[in-house]
Amino acid sequence: MKPAAFDYVRADHLDEALEGLGREGGDARIMAGGQSLMPMLNMRLARPKTLIDIMRLGELARIERKGGAVIVGAGVRQAALLAWPELGQALPLAAMALPWTGHAQTRSRGTVCGSIAHADPSAELPLILCALEGEVHLRSAKRRRWVAARDFFAGMMATNRADDEMIEAVSFPADRTRCAFREVARRHGDFAIVACAAVATEKGVRLAVGGVADMPMVREFPRLEASALDDALNLFAYELEARDDVHATARYRRDLVRRIGAELVREVLP
Amino acid sequence: MSRLPAGQRHAVQFTLNGKPCSGEAEPRMLLTDFLRHRIGATGTHVGCEHGVCGACTIQIDSELARACLTLAVQIDGCALRTVEGLAPAPGRLGILQAAFKRHHALQCGFCTAGILMSLDTFLREHPRPSEQEIRDLLTGHLCRCTGYTPIIRAALEAAEELSGDVSRETSHA
Repeated sequence: MKPAAFDYVRADHLDEALEGLGREGGDARIMAGGQSLMPMLNMRLARPKTLIDIMRLGELARIERKGGAVIVGAGVRQAALLAWPELGQALPLAAMALPWTGHAQTRSRGTVCGSIAHADPSAELPLILCALEGEVHLRSAKRRRWVAARDFFAGMMATNRADDEMIEAVSFPADRTRCAFREVARRHGDFAIVACAAVATEKGVRLAVGGVADMPMVREFPRLEASALDDALNLFAYELEARDDVHATARYRRDLVRRIGAELVREVLP
Repeated sequence: MSRLPAGQRHAVQFTLNGKPCSGEAEPRMLLTDFLRHRIGATGTHVGCEHGVCGACTIQIDSELARACLTLAVQIDGCALRTVEGLAPAPGRLGILQAAFKRHHALQCGFCTAGILMSLDTFLREHPRPSEQEIRDLLTGHLCRCTGYTPIIRAALEAAEELSGDVSRETSHA
């Protein structure tokens, strides 16, 4: 339970972090709050040769409203977003989901972008980024690109970030006030057995489910009568290909998707 | 930019419970091991070493942190507070510690250092917490002896006392 040896680099400028990634690629890892990466290092599931600490880069620690979106920089801790005075109005879904993200003792260090980079299939922040159809702002020494959340996540703790890229920020569409979030976990703050987020759309509702498939899964539902909605949710629950594990059976997970899904759809489509 | 090569020890300077402190650490050294083995501050306990149990919870620059999810080299220039900083004087207990003693809020004491640090931080920002808020905070800790109820009682009583709602004889020397 101790990390393997690595060089530790404390970046004083963003360019230094990007150059390091460009030079060392997959042998280097960016560390922000460390609340996902440090357990991986301790368990030696990650063994980078170089760790690049970006938490002294003040420019990354900003929350900005820009063109109908909230842009959260790579240095913004989860506790800082939760304490942001505009959160309840601008990002009510994040206000609902963040108290479920880890514990107070980890939100104080862990960053929003770090959780998204880690891409745990049970994590709340990737889930709400998908539900809101947000974007990931990737940057390397050579280029910048914005990737839609649905194209960013690639599987269990896997993303389409290239080795020389880091997440500079994530962008959440703001003012989606008709939304709902619910989670079932063994202990509040532990990883979700099932977590669901729903956002009202022009035609109906978008439902995102975490904790079941390898990554957050999103489905659009039109306005449906109760029995048709139950059928559609049942189909969705089966398509997620839930698996049994020590925490819950596949059958229990499907049942939670059906029940929580129906509750959330009713909440956002009165 | 500073690059600290693997396998070499690097100087780390910080303050520990208000006093200047320094030591040397390899980049891979966890803050838990650094505090306990290099500095000799063994009040911070090591449980799961992946951020789940909460035994190693301390304050870094007044914010809560799991010492096992922090590298020693990261705290260069930071202000640390650990359970050793809670007592007002040798042989005396702080208000929170005294409430834990009165309510039997610890048995083996393994989890206690971390829980005290969480409560110390939380009560400073939330002087009149609800029971539910205390329960939410304690989800970040595992205790296998008390069943949590005495911990919640102690926390609520300490909160009352700290916010000046109750005065109590505080000498438990």
